[in-house]
Amino acid sequence: MSLVFDIALCALILGVAAMALLGRGLFASLAFFIVYGLLIALAWLSLNAIDVALAEAAIGAGVTGVLLIGAWQALNAQSALDPDPVAHWITRVFAGLGCLAIGGLLALAILAMPGGTGLTTEVIDTQGQLDLGNSVTAVLLGFRAYDTLLESIVLLAALVAVWSLTPQGLWGGIPGPRHRTRPDGVMASFGRLLPPAGLIAGVYLVWAGSDAPGGAFQAGTVLAAAWILAVLAGLQDEPEVTSPLLRAALLIGPALFLLVGAVGAGFGGFLAYPEGFEKPVILAIEYALALSIAATLALLVAGPPRRPGGAR
Amino acid sequence: MSPLDTLIIAPLAFALASLGMGRRGAWLIVIAAPVMIALAVWLCAQVWAAPVGHSVGGWAPPLGIAIRADGLSAAFMLATAVAAGLIGLFALDEFAPPKDGETARSHTFWPLLYLLWAAVNAIFASADLFNLYVALELLTIAAVALAGFGALKAALRYFMVALLGSLSYLLGAVLIYAAYGTLDMGLLAQRAEADLPTLLAAGFITAGLIAKTALFPLHGWLPPAHGSAPAPASALLSALVVKASFFILLRFWFDAMPGISGPELAHLLGALGAAAVIYGSVQAIRQTELKPLVAYSTVAQLGYLFLVFPLAGAADEAAPWAAGAWSGGVLHALSHLFAKAAMFLAAGLMLRAAATKTIGGLEGLARAMPVTVFAFAVSAVSLMALPPSGGFMAKYLLLTSALAAGAWIYAAVMIAGGLLAAVYLFRPLARAFAGKETPVIVPTPRWLAAIPLALALLASALGLASAGPYAFIQAGAPLAAEEGLK
Amino acid sequence: MTPSLLYALTGAGLIALGLYGFVTRSHLIRRVLAFNVIGSGVFLVFGALGHEGGITDPVPQALIITGIVVALSLTAFAAAMIARYAEDGGGGLDPDAEDAG
Repeated sequence: MSLVFDIALCALILGVAAMALLGRGLFASLAFFIVYGLLIALAWLSLNAIDVALAEAAIGAGVTGVLLIGAWQALNAQSALDPDPVAHWITRVFAGLGCLAIGGLLALAILAMPGGTGLTTEVIDTQGQLDLGNSVTAVLLGFRAYDTLLESIVLLAALVAVWSLTPQGLWGGIPGPRHRTRPDGVMASFGRLLPPAGLIAGVYLVWAGSDAPGGAFQAGTVLAAAWILAVLAGLQDEPEVTSPLLRAALLIGPALFLLVGAVGAGFGGFLAYPEGFEKPVILAIEYALALSIAATLALLVAGPPRRPGGAR
Repeated sequence: MSPLDTLIIAPLAFALASLGMGRRGAWLIVIAAPVMIALAVWLCAQVWAAPVGHSVGGWAPPLGIAIRADGLSAAFMLATAVAAGLIGLFALDEFAPPKDGETARSHTFWPLLYLLWAAVNAIFASADLFNLYVALELLTIAAVALAGFGALKAALRYFMVALLGSLSYLLGAVLIYAAYGTLDMGLLAQRAEADLPTLLAAGFITAGLIAKTALFPLHGWLPPAHGSAPAPASALLSALVVKASFFILLRFWFDAMPGISGPELAHLLGALGAAAVIYGSVQAIRQTELKPLVAYSTVAQLGYLFLVFPLAGAADEAAPWAAGAWSGGVLHALSHLFAKAAMFLAAGLMLRAAATKTIGGLEGLARAMPVTVFAFAVSAVSLMALPPSGGFMAKYLLLTSALAAGAWIYAAVMIAGGLLAAVYLFRPLARAFAGKETPVIVPTPRWLAAIPLALALLASALGLASAGPYAFIQAGAPLAAEEGLK
Repeated sequence: MTPSLLYALTGAGLIALGLYGFVTRSHLIRRVLAFNVIGSGVFLVFGALGHEGGITDPVPQALIITGIVVALSLTAFAAAMIARYAEDGGGGLDPDAEDAG
């Protein structure tokens, strides 16, 4: 894309970020933030980083936006949106000078970067050993699989942390409010149509991810979105947090990943995949991860239990 | 199979298992504690012969991630296994599932414990700056959640600082990759030069890590977070969590970037450390409640760790005292790990028994629960740096290095810090031994007191048998620990 | 000016802007929002500096995806904690700013 487009996009990104950060109403800020996420995704497209663009649009703008709107609703119910103070002008002056200095130093460092230090050639030369066409997937599930294993655990840790906030007496209950819609309404038909489509898209994204843009995290987000829609449409209710089936869905991805790592550790090296079977093992891990990520994301959006379980 | 891999895999497996097992998950600790200690002993035995390390999945850096253990890593993993194992057993009393239905806490404490454990072990093993970032965030989530068991307000405050600290660290790692095409500390040690991008990156990494280690003046979040959590959570936070970010800082400066630091930065960190020693101690003296006192003592004790940078690092050329200062700093971190875990658990028991929060409420407790008060006293001996204790050995090494280097101010701060520690720790002990009557106490299970006692005795043992640990932590120690950062 | 440099400098701008927002606005939702803006600025610097000849280095790409998921995990926990804190009557401001007056 042309430089003019890039310059316009960058100016827009900075402007929208400023509106999101420094604007007046909190809800308007959140709206600006979601637009900001989509613009950032565009920037990644312009940089030919399609996997990142997908992740940013789905997770950075989408799920993060939904989470922050959820927090906004909770605070609105408690009248805790106000006050939304601006720091004293002296603080603002010093903060402004400090941030200018940091930004300036960063810019100088960026201009002083030598360039040509990346690992693009090494990745492309080596990814054939894993039989993967997508370089990003080769890094995520091959060369740096250990990072990805820890990352899937971080996501799970966040859910445990959210659950630790469960109000007294509601452990074992159901997260979020029960949604009901008219069975013949738009939401209900939408909710019936989208989950199967989401399922197909998710399965495709994992399968495609080995050679084309896509992967477990993007697929998991799509699956989670399908589930959240079904809940919003009143077709499904969230499960009780102690439900064994739910536990299985949450754990299967990280557990399979860890198991492959441990088996590798027994036979030569931690996270060394069995020779000749790298691609099928990676695909199996990705499908399991996509399922677990979907379950975890959906429950992160739902928050800690809010209703007693048992009686639905 | 390598114990180094297993020490990372096992706590992750325990975390997943405890999450899957529901109410039975609590009892896993009875297996996990001995297994983790055995694995760490095995690793130490290997490292004693020679430092170990390999690339994960067989992909060598810069493409892959290397993990390794030298004496420093292995010693921290063993200390963590013992401390986290014992704290876990202690927590069975508070977080085992109650008979009348489960609670969110009895359910989430255990996965959080293992996640925290896995994160610190991953940090002790990793040689990759981005992998360290992911492990650090795993640690942040587990630690903030545990702090939230006490007071949400304190936990939120901690969270906000941790968020900025993480970003600062991440930005530094990003600049390093852009400049050198690698995140591996071993490769960086060969490539790094003191140019603007590198210095800025090192600055961001250091700033982020000192915020997470609660170095003065970024300490504000620590006392409320550590002081209001339940005893096992406080012990985990004060003994382990803050050590992990300090460990990365030590690794970063001594292993990855030995060539780029000037004495200015080393002395800046040293000055902040010295200020932390004095400020934390004075604040501890001013507290009227026991747990905030112990938490401020952590602020002060963390300050000593940063004296390593000027004493071991700022030497212009091979300085004979540098190795002593480096080892002294590491020994101090290890003995504080045991002593503070012991002290928070003992304090928790004492406050529960006396049904109070204040120091005044402890009157006469030594007669009602002698073992617990004794454990508190033994851990206090180590924090005051009196012999025989690990704290004494550590501060002896640091002090002799400071004197040899002619660093009179650091030496004076250390002596003053020891005296102030005696002042703030004497108050609760004096209360506990005061009075003539045995107070009526809320009964606590007797076996619980054995755990802080064991931890406190370990802190002492580090001083009694210091020759062993002293030699061990130098197995594979970076050259910079002997020759200084140039 | 190459696209690489342009986007990297935009990333630096986002970091500075986000930090200013974080420091000068003490509402918890704004602080989490600022955390996300700074984070995406860091990622943009990372990816853009790895962009050469129309290709972005796959190692930063992979690490950015990991970083986005980690940032999401932190955001989710922060959002839940902020909601709980408000329900407990704590209000919407960072306690740190309150203590400072």
